[in-house]
Formats: sequence, C-alpha cells, structure tokens
Amino acid sequence: MTTAADMPAERLEAGHPIGAGRLIACAAAALSIAAFLTLSIGATGVSLTSLPRVLWALTTADATIATAREQLVLIDIRLPRLLLGMFVGAALAVSGAMMQGMFRNPLADPGLIGVSSGAALAAIATIALGNGLAAPWMRSLGSYALPVSAFAGGMATTMILTAAVRRHGSTSLATLLLAGIALAALNMALIGLVAYASDDRELRDLTLWMLGSLSGASWPKVFAAIPFALLLAIAMPRLVRGLNGLILGEAEAFHLGIDVERTKRLIVLVASAAVGAAVAVAGIVGFVGIVVPHLVRLTAGPDHRVVLPASALLGAILVLVADTLARMLVRPAELPLGVVMALIGAPIFLHMVVKRRMAG
Amino acid sequence: MGRQMDIRRSCALLIGVLLMTTGAALSAAARAAEVNVVDAGGRTVSIADASRILTIGGDVTEIVYALGAGDRVVGVDTTSQYPPQALKEKKSVGYMRALSSEGVISVGATLVLASERAGPPEVIKTLKTTSTPFVEIADDNSPEGIARKIRLIAAAIGSERVGEDLARKVTARFAGLAELRARIKSPLRALFVLGVQNGRVLAGGRNTSADAILQLAGASNVANAANGFRPLTDEAIVELAPDVIVAMQRTGSSSDAHDLSQLFDLKGVQATPAGRNRRIVAMDGLYLLGFGPRAPDAARDLMVELYPELLSKVGSPAR
Repeated sequence: MTTAADMPAERLEAGHPIGAGRLIACAAAALSIAAFLTLSIGATGVSLTSLPRVLWALTTADATIATAREQLVLIDIRLPRLLLGMFVGAALAVSGAMMQGMFRNPLADPGLIGVSSGAALAAIATIALGNGLAAPWMRSLGSYALPVSAFAGGMATTMILTAAVRRHGSTSLATLLLAGIALAALNMALIGLVAYASDDRELRDLTLWMLGSLSGASWPKVFAAIPFALLLAIAMPRLVRGLNGLILGEAEAFHLGIDVERTKRLIVLVASAAVGAAVAVAGIVGFVGIVVPHLVRLTAGPDHRVVLPASALLGAILVLVADTLARMLVRPAELPLGVVMALIGAPIFLHMVVKRRMAG
Repeated sequence: MGRQMDIRRSCALLIGVLLMTTGAALSAAARAAEVNVVDAGGRTVSIADASRILTIGGDVTEIVYALGAGDRVVGVDTTSQYPPQALKEKKSVGYMRALSSEGVISVGATLVLASERAGPPEVIKTLKTTSTPFVEIADDNSPEGIARKIRLIAAAIGSERVGEDLARKVTARFAGLAELRARIKSPLRALFVLGVQNGRVLAGGRNTSADAILQLAGASNVANAANGFRPLTDEAIVELAPDVIVAMQRTGSSSDAHDLSQLFDLKGVQATPAGRNRRIVAMDGLYLLGFGPRAPDAARDLMVELYPELLSKVGSPAR
C-alpha cells in the first residue's frame, strides 16, 4: 500500500488515487452497509433480527402485538425513510455533479440557479398560508400539499430561468448563472416576506422545514419519488457524453458532434425535477450537491461515466449516515437533517479544499 | 354409591359454576377498566391502561400534573415547561411540531395525550395507526375550552372525579373573574411586550395568547391591529399610546431586570402615558401565557396589578 506522501506526483495531478471501478464497487458495498445499519438502528431498539418474524407475520397475516410493533417500526417507519434518504442523497449529488459539469464551475449547485429556493418559497408559502389563502388547496391535497407545491415551485423557477435567458435558440451559460443567482435572491427575499408575515407557530414550522428532515417519510412519498428516481436513472447515461464534451468547452463539444443546446436543456430539466422532488420530500438539505461530486472527482478524476454513478452512491451514503446520526444523537427526539449534514459536510469540504490547494 | 356420585357431581357442578361466574365477573371488571373517549379529532379511542402516559403540549402536561397523575407521566415534549420537574425528570421527545415516529414509540407509553398542534402531520398519522391509544386534545384557550380539555384528559387517564372537581373550580374562577371584569369602568389600554431586542419591541397582537390574557384581565390590547407577535417601531408605540405595559419575565433569568429597565430607555416608550408614569407590569411568562388550569389565577393576578382599586373594593383575593 502506498500512502499519499509517497505517491508519485503525476498520479496526484491526474487525480486518480484509486481506480474508477474500485471506487464504484467500494461505494456500492459501503451503501449496502449503511442501508443495513439504517434499518437496524433506531430509538426503539427494534433490530433486524426481528425482520424474519415480521415478514412471516406479513405473509401469514396473523400478528401479535409485539410483532405488530416491530412491523410498524421496520416496515412503515424505517424502510420508507431509508429509501427516501437514498433518493434524496442520490438526486442532490447527481444534480450537483451535472450542474458543475455544465457550468464548468466547481461552485455550481442546484441551489445556485434558484431551483432549491424556488421549491422552498412555494413550500413556505404553503405553510404560512395554510390557514388562510391556501386553505382549500391544503384541504384537497392533505399532507401532499407541501411536496406538490415544493416541486411546482422548483419547476416554475427553472422555467422562468430558461425562458428568460434563451435568445435566438441558444443559452449563454454565464447569463444562465447570473440570472439564476438573481432569481435565487428574489426567492429568498420573498421567503423573508412570507416569514415576516407569518405568526409564531408558522415561523417555527418554516424554520424547521428550512433545516430539512426525513421524519415525515411514508410509503406514499416513496411512491411519489419513484418516477423522479427513474427519470434520473434513465437520463444519467444519456448525459455522460454531453457532459464529458462540455468539460472541454462549448465550442469544442459542438465540434465533437454534441448537440450542446439539447444537452444543456436536458441537464437543467433533469436537475430541477430531481432537486424539486428531493426538497419536496426532505426540505432543504445542503452540502450534498457540492461535497459529494468534488470528493468523487478528487478520487477518480473528471470522467462523468464515473462521476455520475459514484456521486449517486456516495450522496445516498452521506444522507443515510447523517440521518442515522440525526435520529440517534438526541433520541427520543431528533435533530434536523440539514444541520447534521452541514456539520459533517462543511469540515469535509474545508479539508478537501485545503488539501487540493496544497496538492495543486 | 349413587347418591355419593350425585353429591360429588353436584359439588363439581357448583364449583364449575362458581369458577365461571367469578371468571365472567373478572373479565367484566377488566372490560370496565377500558374507557372510551371521543377526542378533539372526533375519533373514539379506547384506553385499557393509563399507567404510562406521554404528554405532548404544555397545557396537556400541566393538566395531567394538576390531576395528580404526574408520577404516571413517562415522557413530555419541550413545550412542557410547567411544572418544571416535568422536563427535568421525564424523557423529552423534542419540540412538539417536529416529533419523530420512532422516538415517540420508543418511550413505551401505554397512552399518548397530544395537543392538536403536534406534528408533523405524517408522524401523527403513523402514531394513530399504532396499538397505543392516541388522544388528541383541542387547542382551545377559552374558559369553556380549558374546562373541556380538563374533562377529556381526566376521562382518558381514569381520574374523572378529580377532573370534574378541577374543571368546576376553573370554571368558577373564570366566572369570578368575569364578575370582577364587569366592575371595570374604563378599561386600560395595554401593550404586551414579549421582549426587547436591539431596541426593538416585540409586541403581542391579535390571535395571540397575550391578547387573550389581556382581554381576560379586562384590558384592551392597543396592538390588536397586528396579527401575531410583531416588532413595533418607536413611532408606532407613540401612536398606540398605551396606559400600561405588560412585560414577560422569564423565570430564573438574571438579565431580565436589565431588559425591563431598557424598555423605558426607548424614546418611543418614553413618550407614551405608560412611559411617563413608568407603569409596567412584569409577570412570569409561563404563568401568564400557559393557558392551563392556572389561567384564571394568572388573569386575576394581572387584573389586580392593572386595577389595584378593584382589590380594595372586593377585599383580598380568595387564593
């Protein structure tokens, strides 16, 4: 085994401390361990050893009170939470990787072009107006009002953005970035306005929602997330060539025979759908979209054939680990997921940035 | 021989019948121990065992303790600030609007009493599907509402007689308060100040517990044009011209004395009748805004502070 210190300089420069295949294999193995732990750890002390009993009770449809409790904890509380956690992590990390690839900017993040803030604005308006203007909307959709409006808000922001910056059929990336920042600022101002106008309890709800949480995970939410997970899985391999071409520059990508406009449109659409759905499910969870793709690029290089799937796996792991900590640290209460994520993510990110400066 | 057999047989029969009747009586007694209540959400909840109670919501916890069932409480939420030992001694399931399904289940309660305000909705939905009875308590701060809350909680924990006594006592105190209130000739114009931060006053407007307690104490809330707790500018305070300022005093915090004197340093406050006469009433926030069984006493104490002349006419308060 070689350590980082005696590693040849050219390998560090190339940025391939470990091979791509090995990274994905390791990440997949780590994800299954994380998933296993997430299922077996919890405040109630119900562990996976009761799973066979629960499954048996499910198939034979006769459950004692004890197995009914275990079934509730494992099947109705932890399993949907596990699946949604993986979805949120993968969606945020892959969207981040796509945005960074498209803008050729390591700071690009779905939050940057206003998708997250658009989703947040719609969700927050729904919370604050839930007893007044939006009451009929809330009543008809019940507990889905929040996710549906968050998703709609994210998509609406993206549509406004793409409509605003398209000129003569082409999209300038610099304009897209600046317009996105402007839209995000506008959304944040409107969020502030809603927060100012809401009462104490609503304000408390808004704050908690902004900090992100998976505590509302349920099977209907899992089913609602499935189409977005499929969209991501189908679009990912189709975007690899375009993203790899864009690393070289737009003109170069065009000369390689890539339909640059179509690729950019598709990236914006897929990323905003995925982020809108993730925000709808878990509120605002930061750092995944920026930390994970960087970590992958540092270890396995910039090839999007590796970056996209490895980001999905690592993003899912990071969210599962953070969520397990959020559930366990102050049990029987729980911490907001976004807070735990930032507490883990920020030091990792700082470490990465400093190490890269020293290496470069 | 035949007669002996007969005797034995009839003895066996007798014993059998005896056993069966006692068995039936026992199971009837067990069934009688199971109580059915209709909660604030309109659900009928049957409760078999109220020996381990989880209370969610400050008013709910306070009522359970007032009913003398504090030793049966196994867990509370962070809004359960009174009595203070509740949050110190019992497990905390966190803030009541950010509950975790598994966390709540892990407390191992046999009965969950939760305020209507508890959330998030998905978690409440999951908790209602568990085998542990989940009773929702209405979020109602009116005098009738508080009595209804007490009766529902008492029925759920099987302390109906104590509950009836407490509900009657609270209702009677509210009635006494209404009588006193009727004697107020000109209501004072009061401003409720939740706190002062960076020289900005946070005042209680319409639809707040502050507004409710001011009304109960027979004062008119000058800030009722605003909805909720709102920061007020100096100019707005001058315009509202309160006769008296009611301020919250946090229990056991030393910075409060400083906080309250700071109020009169504000130019806006100085220009009001309250500022000129230095009329400020500081009371414990938990006591004043808790809206549990102590609400009529809190309102009465505030009223006595606001209208000392009422006291001389009525005599010393019966407390």
